[in-house]
Amino acid sequence: MSALNAATVALVEPVSPLATLAPAPPLLDAESREWLQSLRAPDATGEDAIARLHALLLRAARFEVARRRATLPHLRGDELEDIATEAADDALMSVLRRLDDFRGASRFTTWAYKFALLEAAVKLRKRAWQGREVPLEPEGWSLFSSAGLEPDAEAEQSELLETLQSAIAQVLTPHQRRVLVALALNGVPIDVLAERLNTNRGALYKTLHDARRKLRNHIQERGLALENEEKR
Amino acid sequence: MMERPDLKQALGRLLGAAGPEVGCEECFEQLDRYVELELDGQDADAAIPGLRAHLAGCPACREEHESLRALVGGEQAL
Repeated sequence: MSALNAATVALVEPVSPLATLAPAPPLLDAESREWLQSLRAPDATGEDAIARLHALLLRAARFEVARRRATLPHLRGDELEDIATEAADDALMSVLRRLDDFRGASRFTTWAYKFALLEAAVKLRKRAWQGREVPLEPEGWSLFSSAGLEPDAEAEQSELLETLQSAIAQVLTPHQRRVLVALALNGVPIDVLAERLNTNRGALYKTLHDARRKLRNHIQERGLALENEEKR
Repeated sequence: MMERPDLKQALGRLLGAAGPEVGCEECFEQLDRYVELELDGQDADAAIPGLRAHLAGCPACREEHESLRALVGGEQAL
């Protein structure tokens, strides 16, 4: 099963009606066309192409494992290699299943790589949190300590942080609060939380987005400025 | 002396980016095109509105974007 559930809501908040329309399919480059033709071939050409694709995906999965190796110091080299191989196997299934979805918006190899990187990243995040408690409950938590902040002498900043903290406690639903606290304050990876709550990344991110929007509205209604906004 | 944590960064983590953004599913769908546009020096944000805002608010998608960009960019550099 793909690490991203296809049933999830695609857009958290539509950018504009036009922006959601898919661009006209570009012409495939020669290399991408060769990949598609070979992978669809019923004979040994197809088998050879699948083997080449697996090797490509394994290279991408190993690349991801190498990037994250420092976060998993307790894993041996062969365990990391197993994760990379498993990620490549799962990515191969996803790519072959979705071959008809490839429209040539990028090179085929770039399109295929993202499946391997996703599978490897999700497996590594889950592995890093295996056996660890996922902090969900807001009891005893403090926005200041969780975010690494302390209310300081600046009154406006303190007011903003205190308003945010009370809004998290009072404006959000219990589910929104749990998701926000876990993802945005406690740094729980979204895939790990999705697995623990038996849901998927897209649904969780929608909840997080709704919670954030509520907090922003609450802050704006009180006339407070957010320092993290870019000046427009 | 310990450096004071950055308020802007903490608020960004908590509140994400302002404005419309795509979800995780759409981000994954568009990520390969977005990365190639970036690496080609084109305006990826104008071509795919809402994706940059999503990357700012979603650490998992941001990590996967960084990885794909590094992988494809590294190959192009060879």
